[in-house]
Amino acid sequence: MQQDPQLASAAAGTAPALVATLLGLADDALVLGHRLSEWSGRGPTLEEDIALSNLALDLIGQARFSYGYAGELEGGGRDEDALAYRRDEHAYLNLLLLEQPNGDFARTMTRHLIYAAFLHPYLQALAASTDRRLAAFAAKAAKEMAYHSRHAAEWVIRLGDGTAESHARSLTALDDLWMYTGEMFEMTAGETALVAEGLIPDRGRIKPAWDQTIDRVLAEATLPRPADRWMQTGGRAGRHSEHLGHLLAEMQVLNRAHPDAKW
Amino acid sequence: MPKPDPARSPGSADTLPASERALARARAAAAAVVDPELPFLTIEELGILRGVRRAETGIVVELTPTYLGCPATLAIRLAVEAALVAAGFSEARVEMRLAPAWSTAEITAEGRRKLAAAGIAPPAAAAGAAPLFSDPRVACPRCGSERTHKLAEFGATACKAQWRCEACAEPFDYFKCI
Repeated sequence: MQQDPQLASAAAGTAPALVATLLGLADDALVLGHRLSEWSGRGPTLEEDIALSNLALDLIGQARFSYGYAGELEGGGRDEDALAYRRDEHAYLNLLLLEQPNGDFARTMTRHLIYAAFLHPYLQALAASTDRRLAAFAAKAAKEMAYHSRHAAEWVIRLGDGTAESHARSLTALDDLWMYTGEMFEMTAGETALVAEGLIPDRGRIKPAWDQTIDRVLAEATLPRPADRWMQTGGRAGRHSEHLGHLLAEMQVLNRAHPDAKW
Repeated sequence: MPKPDPARSPGSADTLPASERALARARAAAAAVVDPELPFLTIEELGILRGVRRAETGIVVELTPTYLGCPATLAIRLAVEAALVAAGFSEARVEMRLAPAWSTAEITAEGRRKLAAAGIAPPAAAAGAAPLFSDPRVACPRCGSERTHKLAEFGATACKAQWRCEACAEPFDYFKCI
């Protein structure tokens, strides 16, 4: 995505930390967007197939902004395609939650609710960033995440409060994915420095809003909230589950086989 | 259809300096570009044309995206550049603006009328962050009845949802409010 040249970057001096934060946001959006796109042509209904592809498109659009801005701040000549297609697994900084396989539809929607219920209030807070370009992006993307959160919540409620089968599948998905929720609220040292500059919000401060959405939706879905036990982590440091490499292989193969191909 | 010409205020066109007339021509050329997925609607009516100005390097057209991932954005940029080249501004370029974020409230009255005429219900006035399971009241673009219901929140493009009218039984597109 072409950047808005009128919005000055407030990032001078904090560029490396901001690049890492932007890459994290971009990788989150791209990896989840790619996962959702795996449903294209095989959604449970035609309407939902279209919905999942639409949601994927929003996330890929958001990733394009963050990659573009990260590449510009980095100043090394890497554009959005170089960042998306020519980094290996260990250079990816996405949350482990988002690379988990789609599984059944209940698992995909549970994963989406967990993340959208975080990203929506996070972007609302990011819209107050002292970096005007980041603030403009966040205000725009927050509008999109509002309906992501709503759509996923509606499905989690339908499935949780649905048949014995859909309830059981939703419960399994929730229990399996819960250990990946802690990572959303972890702060890196770089991020803590950016919070002090007013560039990004503290992830921990998003937790109450996330708790509120999750508790309300799970209650309506008749799904018990899992206990917080041991939380899995490592994505922000490039330590991933076995699933990311397979995802990247499929996503990157064309670009790597035909670098700089035009069509 | 006549192209909108902002320089056409009574008696002024001929008295304006040449540079102002050129800017008005550039603006008219950009404003007349249509959305490829809503080809009856100009980008000015859609509310994504944020401005046309003169920079040292030439004409600059400012656009804002409807959705960050909208695939039509690139097609619209290219169409605007082509329209300006055709109008004699070969050095023109397009810049994207993200702030303030586009809202469906920026669709003009004429744009809303054209949407309805094309069978697409224009966006409701309320904000897009509706609570769970609550839908806006949407009038059927064919028969006007408000006895309508949502079939799916997502449709053929990022900006449309699928609805159906219970009065005339016809399905229709609803231009979502964001």
